[in-house]
Amino acid sequence: MDRMPSWIRLHVAALRALLVLTVVIGVIYPLIITGVAQALFNGNANGSIIHQDGRAVGSALIGQSFTDAGGAPVRGYFQSRPSAAGDGYDPTSTSASNLGPEDVVDVLPVPGAKDEEGNPDEGRQSLLTQVCARSTAVGELEGVSGARPYCTPDGVGAVLKVFPDRAVSVNQACPATPFIAAYQGRTVECAQPGEDYAAGQTVPVRGDVTAVQVPADAVTASGSGLDPHISVAYAELQAPRVAGERGLDRARVERLIQEHTTGRALGFMGEPAVRVLELNLALDKA
Amino acid sequence: MTPALAGIVFIGSLLSALALCYRPLGDYMYRVYTGTRHSRVERVIFRLLGVRPDTEQRWSVYARGVLAFSVLSILFLYGLQRLQSHLFLSLDMRPVEPPLAWNTAVSFVTNTNWQAYAGEATMGHVVQTAGLAVQNFVSAAVGMAVAMALVRGFARTKSDTLGNFWVDLVRGTLRILLPIAFVAAVLLVAGGAIQTFAGHGTWTTLTGGEQTFTPGAVASQEAIKDLGTNGGGFFNVNSAHPFENPTAWTNWLTILLMTVIASCLPRTFGRMVGDDRQGYAIVSVMAIIAILSIGVTGWAELSAGGTVPQAVGAAMEGREARFGTSNSALFASATTLTSTGAVDSAHDSYTAIGGGMLIFNMLLGEVAPGGVGAGLYGILILAVITVFVAGLMVGRTPDYLGKRIGAREIKLASLYFLVTPALVLVGTAVAMATEAGRAAMLNGGPHGLSEILYAYTSASNNNGSAFAGVSVNTAFYNTTLGLCMAFGRFVPIVLVLALAGALAKQAPVPVGAGTLPTHRPQFVGMVVGVTIILVALTFLPALALGPLAEGLS
Repeated sequence: MDRMPSWIRLHVAALRALLVLTVVIGVIYPLIITGVAQALFNGNANGSIIHQDGRAVGSALIGQSFTDAGGAPVRGYFQSRPSAAGDGYDPTSTSASNLGPEDVVDVLPVPGAKDEEGNPDEGRQSLLTQVCARSTAVGELEGVSGARPYCTPDGVGAVLKVFPDRAVSVNQACPATPFIAAYQGRTVECAQPGEDYAAGQTVPVRGDVTAVQVPADAVTASGSGLDPHISVAYAELQAPRVAGERGLDRARVERLIQEHTTGRALGFMGEPAVRVLELNLALDKA
Repeated sequence: MTPALAGIVFIGSLLSALALCYRPLGDYMYRVYTGTRHSRVERVIFRLLGVRPDTEQRWSVYARGVLAFSVLSILFLYGLQRLQSHLFLSLDMRPVEPPLAWNTAVSFVTNTNWQAYAGEATMGHVVQTAGLAVQNFVSAAVGMAVAMALVRGFARTKSDTLGNFWVDLVRGTLRILLPIAFVAAVLLVAGGAIQTFAGHGTWTTLTGGEQTFTPGAVASQEAIKDLGTNGGGFFNVNSAHPFENPTAWTNWLTILLMTVIASCLPRTFGRMVGDDRQGYAIVSVMAIIAILSIGVTGWAELSAGGTVPQAVGAAMEGREARFGTSNSALFASATTLTSTGAVDSAHDSYTAIGGGMLIFNMLLGEVAPGGVGAGLYGILILAVITVFVAGLMVGRTPDYLGKRIGAREIKLASLYFLVTPALVLVGTAVAMATEAGRAAMLNGGPHGLSEILYAYTSASNNNGSAFAGVSVNTAFYNTTLGLCMAFGRFVPIVLVLALAGALAKQAPVPVGAGTLPTHRPQFVGMVVGVTIILVALTFLPALALGPLAEGLS
């Protein structure tokens, strides 16, 4: 080794360092941790799987959709948050929406138009319209008002594109009636799908909604797309529907919500959250 | 307890925990890097390496060691990804495409851990544990080694040498990172993180759907991902994934792990230069910048400015219910103030001001407290620039810790500072000027520019977090961001080591009437000021077009 030129010696040492360290921290370390984990916390280490009647039905840590084959909410179950993971709660393609706070203008689908693969043009919903649409849908499901600031009554983002002589309610496709008739002396028109309104000034309109009844987590996708929890407020909102559907006493459902709520750790870490899958399983047994 | 109050207690408890660790961990690391005895395991390792651990190295030899080790690591990791379909335990994953394999290899070796792939659908067991997780350890150990070499440059007089890279690398890995990671990994499993080498798990949901999850040695990788300020998630959504970060208290632990080594290294620095007060001064600079930044981000997120947060009523898009808004905001601050880049919430969906502050954290050079090692050498460079600026004001040749900051020293320090702005601004400009660059934006307008600016900032500063809306898994981004990561890591390291070599050679300058005391609040304030002003002057135009334009419109 000493007879080699120094630059070769250097790289040989570097390669050996990499291989030796790979064995120590890339093989021995994870194997020991795996051994300790499997011995001490077997359930956790394998994914906190929940079994019912001898069959795995999910993980306590991974949220799932409680919808029927058509995607409609099953009325007897508490519903999870919206999810951006694949088609919803897909653990093999975890994701957030990654849409920004000023993502407010939709690309409206053009009727009859096809994309390159021949599928019908679906346009693109802005984050604001997604929030408004979810709020309307949840409101309908739970029998409360789904109204929110910056949302139209028909559940899209209340956003104008303002031009010198006119204004366009850019998320409301014609023949919809614009959510306001006039804006600063300009007539507000519905939007023609396919038309380019980029030149107009974007003006979101707050409206006069004050009492919002659908909680924040019910209208937003989580960071992972697999959020196993909902807020206590969202669970409370769903309780009457679930109790009614199952013919259960409302107080009993409330008690189950409490039993399946994880409070703040040590009283100050995180937020109280309801474990949806476990709650629904408890309902099935009740 | 209201959410805001709980959030403040959360921040306070973490700062207290860091303060409690400061002396014991800092002193322990001091003993690790100054001790002369090798443990039995280390002696065996040095024999396997064929190096003599008691040989001291000049700065150029030390730097060549860093570079040789890093280049071989990149090649090894690239090969591992390309060949993964031939490896056992590959979970039937296909070989990673060349541009992505290059990007990922550079990303993990440079301690960036930028990820243009989704872990659960791309990487098998072997690549994750024997490839990516190994680099999580050693890239962190390299950062600490370089920081220690710079500190030795200040501490030594009339010396040609800065220590031995192989000793620093092995000791940092085995004596500091491995024991803490071990404890942290077990705690994470106790919280619910998974740790298994089994195959894919599948179940049928209550309403008849199918769910399949990708298993893995998550806890062992998660621990070092945070401790080594790496940030490369096992899964696509990183620490938002319940299998990586299952509970509110593992979230707390994760933030502590990200910040603990970098926050305690100033103690090690103070001990090595023989004046604890110098360490307190440096850690005070870090603390002031960090608290200001956390305050801005936390306020912006809790007040939920912007159209969508106002419509929702809270900044909940992209946040997990178990963490909530305020804990997520602190995590985001910690991950960008260090060079971690792990995320427990979607930064792209942050309010304009909150997200802008995260970019600013990285633009500061990640010095509050920064990456393991990288934070310390970054802030020492800023301290050198500060004494130089102060020296200009009073017309004296500046000195710091008894070392004269002459022409060579200030040239190296200035070049260090200029590397990342050059990479960030040129990279962003090239991306915005080319079709391949613009095509990747998910959001339009100022937010689109913020996404691109964030990407180049994150890569050049070796952070690795993202405004994830930008579709970066393209040949253009994989290549250019890979180059930014490589230059952003190794050019500064070589400059730091050259500076260390120049400092070590010097004879000490006696303290005189013109010497600026560097342990007093006055100096702390000056370093904070110089840091913020330098960064603001460099990046204000770019920030004005992105997050500021979005926040003010």
